[in-house]
Amino acid sequence: MTRLECLSAVYDHLRECAVVTIMGGVAAELYSLGHRPNFLYLNHSMGLASSVGLGLALCKPERKVFVLDGDGSLLMNLGSLATTARYAPPNLVHVVFDNQQLQAGGGLPTATATGADLAAIARAAGIQDVSSPADVDAFATAVEDALSGDRHSFIAVKVETTGPALSPTEIHMLENRFEFARAMRSR
Amino acid sequence: MPASEASSRAVHEALKAAGVRLVAALPESWIAPLVRRAEADPDLRLVQVGREEEGVGICAGAHLAGVRSALLMQNHGFLQSINGVVSLAMLYRIPLLMLISDRGHLGEEDPWQTEGGRYTRPLLEALNVVHDEMREAGEVKRQVADAMALAEASLAPVALLLTRRLMLEAGR
Repeated sequence: MTRLECLSAVYDHLRECAVVTIMGGVAAELYSLGHRPNFLYLNHSMGLASSVGLGLALCKPERKVFVLDGDGSLLMNLGSLATTARYAPPNLVHVVFDNQQLQAGGGLPTATATGADLAAIARAAGIQDVSSPADVDAFATAVEDALSGDRHSFIAVKVETTGPALSPTEIHMLENRFEFARAMRSR
Repeated sequence: MPASEASSRAVHEALKAAGVRLVAALPESWIAPLVRRAEADPDLRLVQVGREEEGVGICAGAHLAGVRSALLMQNHGFLQSINGVVSLAMLYRIPLLMLISDRGHLGEEDPWQTEGGRYTRPLLEALNVVHDEMREAGEVKRQVADAMALAEASLAPVALLLTRRLMLEAGR
């Protein structure tokens, strides 16, 4: 299963959501499927996508918020799982594409390659709705369940390492930031 | 020495008057009464974080959603959060209002606070973060409003130091 297959399977569901990605391949692949003003590709700030998503979700309760995270990024901010579990905004869906390595940083293995289980950590942090779908169809179903439900959901999915390592450069990060903020305020 | 309830009330009211609707905080003794007040206030959303850098992300998310926020932390928490301040708030032009308890400055009697206290102001200077000291409860409302105004106009972090004089009952 690749990240791009997963993203392709749920892209139509993401169209109207606020989406925050980490930098690198996730951003490039989402961008390749079609940029939207409500997509924010968070460059740098490693680990903080989950926290940005929490702030957005608490302040935009009428809008579904997707965080598209990675294992390396989440490992830098594992505490955010406990914070998010504590406030559990029902409109927040946290997806982690776990390729077990720092793809953009030279491909060295992360701790998920040696046994750290992000879904188990999320459960133990207090998140009630945690899933780890094993194929693309199950991933799409998990995303659809998360969207139709009124609860904070965490979806950890193991993916192969394929695709680009770097963020899209066609749109400047500040242009993306201001466009995203406008999109959040437009409705 | 307990933190001043009167000053905590003044800061709380100042934040609300400045339009703040979300407070991200990591409590410590000087700011604990303020955090309790924020938690009890239905007009404020308190997000108590496990580590201060999370708060930078949460406040950035709030800003992108069009909501004013503030990050409340100890100076050692500011030290902890610095990569977030630089790599998120500054890089992405986020008007981050930081309220930082000024531990380890003049009057400090706890040896363990003193090392961090030496670096609070130099680090704010090094980062070119505009900052001011809050010393008198009567001036807090104006200072918070001014800090928020500058943060939003400059799209940059601004820091207000919660001084010993403001935060402790006996002015110690």
